[in-house]
Amino acid sequence: MTAAAPEPKANMGQSVPRYDAAAKVTGRATYASDMPLDNPAYAFLVTSAIAKGRIDRFDLDDAGRVRGVIDIVTHENAPKLKESKLFSNGGYAGTTIQPLKSAEIAHDGQIIAVVIAESYEAAREAANRVKVSYTAAAPSASFDSRGTTMAAAKGQNAQFKEDPAVGDFAKAFETAEVKLTASYDTPTQHHNPMELFTTSCVWMGDNLVIYEGSQYVYGLKNGVAEQLGIEADKVRVVNPYVGGGFGSRGSMTPRTAIIAGIAKRLNRPIKLVPTRDQGFTIATYRAETRHEIKLGANRDGRLVALRHEGAEVSSRPDAYCVGGTKTTTRLYACPNVDSLVSIVRADRNTPGFMRSPPEVPYLFALESALDELAVKLDMDPIELRRINDTTNEPINGKPYTSRSLMACFDEAAKAFGWAQRSPQPKSMSDGDWLIGYGCAATCYPTQMAPSAARVRLQRDGRTRVEIAGHEIGTGAYTVIAQTAAERLGVPLEKVAVFIGDSDLPPAPVAGGSNSTASTCSAVMMVCDQIRQRLFKAVMPSDSLADKAKETVGISPAPSTQAARGDRSLDLDKAFDALGVGVVEEYGEWKPEGAPLDSFQAMHTGHVRLIGGHAMKDQIAYAFGAEFVEVRVNRFTHEIRCPRLVGAFAAGRIMNPRTARSQLMGGLIWGMSSALLEATEIDERNARYVNDNLADYLVPVNADVPGVEVIMLSEQDDHINLVGAKGLGELANVGTNAAVCNALYHATGQRIRKLPVRLENIEI
Amino acid sequence: MRPFLYQRASDSNMAVQALGAPAAANNPLTKATAQPLAGGTTLIDLMKLDVMRPATIVDINPLARAWSAIEPGSDGLRLGALAKMSDVAAHAEIQRSYPVIADSLKLAASAQLRNMATLGGNVMQRTRCNYFRDVSYENCNKRNPGSGCAAMDGVNRMHAVLGTSDQCIATYPGDFAQALIALDATVEITGKAGTRTMPFAQLHKAPGDTPEIETTLQPGELISAFSISGRWPRSVYLKARDRQSYEFALSSAAIALDVQDGTIRNARVALGGVATVPWRAREAEALLKGQKFDEALGQRVAEAAFADARGRRHNSFKIALGKRVVARALQQAVTMEI
Repeated sequence: MTAAAPEPKANMGQSVPRYDAAAKVTGRATYASDMPLDNPAYAFLVTSAIAKGRIDRFDLDDAGRVRGVIDIVTHENAPKLKESKLFSNGGYAGTTIQPLKSAEIAHDGQIIAVVIAESYEAAREAANRVKVSYTAAAPSASFDSRGTTMAAAKGQNAQFKEDPAVGDFAKAFETAEVKLTASYDTPTQHHNPMELFTTSCVWMGDNLVIYEGSQYVYGLKNGVAEQLGIEADKVRVVNPYVGGGFGSRGSMTPRTAIIAGIAKRLNRPIKLVPTRDQGFTIATYRAETRHEIKLGANRDGRLVALRHEGAEVSSRPDAYCVGGTKTTTRLYACPNVDSLVSIVRADRNTPGFMRSPPEVPYLFALESALDELAVKLDMDPIELRRINDTTNEPINGKPYTSRSLMACFDEAAKAFGWAQRSPQPKSMSDGDWLIGYGCAATCYPTQMAPSAARVRLQRDGRTRVEIAGHEIGTGAYTVIAQTAAERLGVPLEKVAVFIGDSDLPPAPVAGGSNSTASTCSAVMMVCDQIRQRLFKAVMPSDSLADKAKETVGISPAPSTQAARGDRSLDLDKAFDALGVGVVEEYGEWKPEGAPLDSFQAMHTGHVRLIGGHAMKDQIAYAFGAEFVEVRVNRFTHEIRCPRLVGAFAAGRIMNPRTARSQLMGGLIWGMSSALLEATEIDERNARYVNDNLADYLVPVNADVPGVEVIMLSEQDDHINLVGAKGLGELANVGTNAAVCNALYHATGQRIRKLPVRLENIEI
Repeated sequence: MRPFLYQRASDSNMAVQALGAPAAANNPLTKATAQPLAGGTTLIDLMKLDVMRPATIVDINPLARAWSAIEPGSDGLRLGALAKMSDVAAHAEIQRSYPVIADSLKLAASAQLRNMATLGGNVMQRTRCNYFRDVSYENCNKRNPGSGCAAMDGVNRMHAVLGTSDQCIATYPGDFAQALIALDATVEITGKAGTRTMPFAQLHKAPGDTPEIETTLQPGELISAFSISGRWPRSVYLKARDRQSYEFALSSAAIALDVQDGTIRNARVALGGVATVPWRAREAEALLKGQKFDEALGQRVAEAAFADARGRRHNSFKIALGKRVVARALQQAVTMEI
């Protein structure tokens, strides 16, 4: 498939090519484990073959004899590390299970030894020769296993403060004219970014440099410093490019401090490249979830009662949960709402963020249930959503800052050809294939966090932007460069962007789809500081502001919209007046409503995300509508998905080209999540079975022949300086339900458990 | 992966000599100290996983000059064992006269793998059983004879329903071998004593009590060619799988028919993705001979093909699926334009 870069509509930036496109396609982009090291030693991990129990004994004789082995580190001789709290409790870690601390095993694939050798090959061979004797205990794998415990999330997860509710659900449901009760399941999933979970640690005296793909260099820097018991200023994290994150690199994993500690002891740079299967257990994942939805509606389709109960799996020590009821209870108008989120503890590694963590499982349940309700009401599913569309969320009555949900449905429906759908299930086919059309809403909270930036402008227009943001493939370099170029009125090719380095001014985690809004707002603000200085040099008196605008094209304190109409700076005039060669400004930006400690927290690697439902007087979300055509083979029951169409509105689109790419990737992932992706768990031993890319299926090109992304114009002046809503996690949310809704249309069969495979089809 | 000696064989004599070190007593071929390297798409994988630990690798790619010919003739077809999957799949005469071969190759693996992998290596590829491929599981009768089978009551959606034993339910993963067994191919084997031929059907061994023994090849023997007599233009390979490309079969059928005036004179039915070895469904074939095809006959044939199938917890669906695949593939073969 080829397609021209999308033409910008109103309130959209230019579709400029990626800043890093040439570097990436020519292999010049340097990822963390590409960094050349001086005389490194190589680490290879040994991970546990049991999920619960203890190590009785290591037999390291055979391994130790491998030529080139330098050291084998186990719990008996590992560097002592301090504990770090879970990020949701104010720490940095994605798990509090600290390997190599004792002989105890808490989950499958836990790091139990690290072999250090002169070559990767020797380290790997020796790791293969490590013999371990265990005393195994019976582990609890998941929901239905013996030995799990279940309790409400509220009270055990500091970030899950309440189960949203309003009105009297029980009474309203009891008397509702039309009722639906249905249960839905979603599977365990792993991110599997292309870049493995590598780390390289280099000490220079008391200073540590870490080369590691991270979505949060300030968090990693501070977290590793805490674990090592050293000043954070002595740690630097570098990663100019990250080979995919999807949430897996948002919080610190135990591997980094372990490798740093060993490197210190051996006084040598150490490079760790774990295997693909080790990535399933040494980092995080999306845990399996279960849901029960109850909907009550009037005959005309208006919702009168909604209850969403969710349960999620986590590890024994950590109460991780995603709690998507904060979104599903607020998406549609409904006067009586109730919800409950529970956490089930099992003998597993701690789950963590994975692209749209709350919305993917919880909206799958709600948007499937709405489709079921539409069938009960004999109503078009788009019309059901239109009837229940709202300008204010029902829990606290706060207004949405902007909401283009129905406009998205209308645009996408038109592009998809929804009008050609014959509503009756099993009524459309083509040769061997039954055809189904389905749709669902998608949404994602608009979030921002405090961010700093430094910008330097030279007389010749050359501009240097420094910010510890992250290029996880999303286009961060590009939109930051565009923001600076546009704001300072300099050509794009004169802007150099430096990100992915914790020595640069702090930016928040590249998570929660906040990056573009936060980093570009900070860059914009600092560029305005430069404009301010230049302006004051040219026009010392404020009263001459209007004249200045006429003559040199800069205004004193431009608002977002006014600035876009400005002419470019006359830099020669401004620099002559200022009498310097370079202007440099540093600044710290924070969104409205950010807590008082925001800037302090930003420097110590703590994120203060603002937005979504947690804003004071408003609620901010990006919306979209997704349409899917599925085909089910009458004979083999194979399921294919020839068309995905999505329409999205997300405030200002900074760059339609990079935005489309993210939305397209989201639609594809959503389809993958519905039909392919699942980590299989052996219930007997709580171990992941298909821990490789041959058996953990993701789509190939032949699976996604048609993907269409439509971006709507939307302006929102209530969210952040640049007016952008994050869209990186918007498109993969609704697709799960849209696929199942289309499968119902194709086959007449309602499937409530993901992923859907051919053996689940009964026709 | 463990250190190994790399040798490059410049001719077949050198190759069989290098590979011919006597295997230790009761040691299966897969554990022989010397292993041949062709495309490397299975061997290198398994070495990285520490499943195979050869001391010597004998690179037989230089033999390709002699062993990679694609030779369709008036009375049959001969395929060199070192022909690349992609070259055979793209060969116009193979597509015309042996569509079941072309399609079985085209629908396997990815373009990159098909460009590397050879026909001989393809038929020798080993099972994708996750428990076999993960050495942290002690209990795998194929890897550690007598240790038990973790897959039997584990996650076994991809496992076999035909040809299984109490020792092993690992699926033979390939596609091309189903075409070969369907067409009654013979395999030419080169060893120290020269070449010998045998029916392809005798190459693979069902697991029985010795799942560690996968083929009848001996150390020092190499597959040098495959031969098929006659032409089979009315043949199809139908493959059902989770995604549209680059995925192993959940169930597949290789069908070849000789139909004259609406009567089936000769029929071949082979099954993939469902059995421990390339699987020929002879009982099913017998039902077709001398008959005129209709849907009911297709059903009976499909039932016969899976009469002995035994499902486990996650793979029972393959029995119903396999029947539908056979019936549909037969329909396609009967109605195809040739």
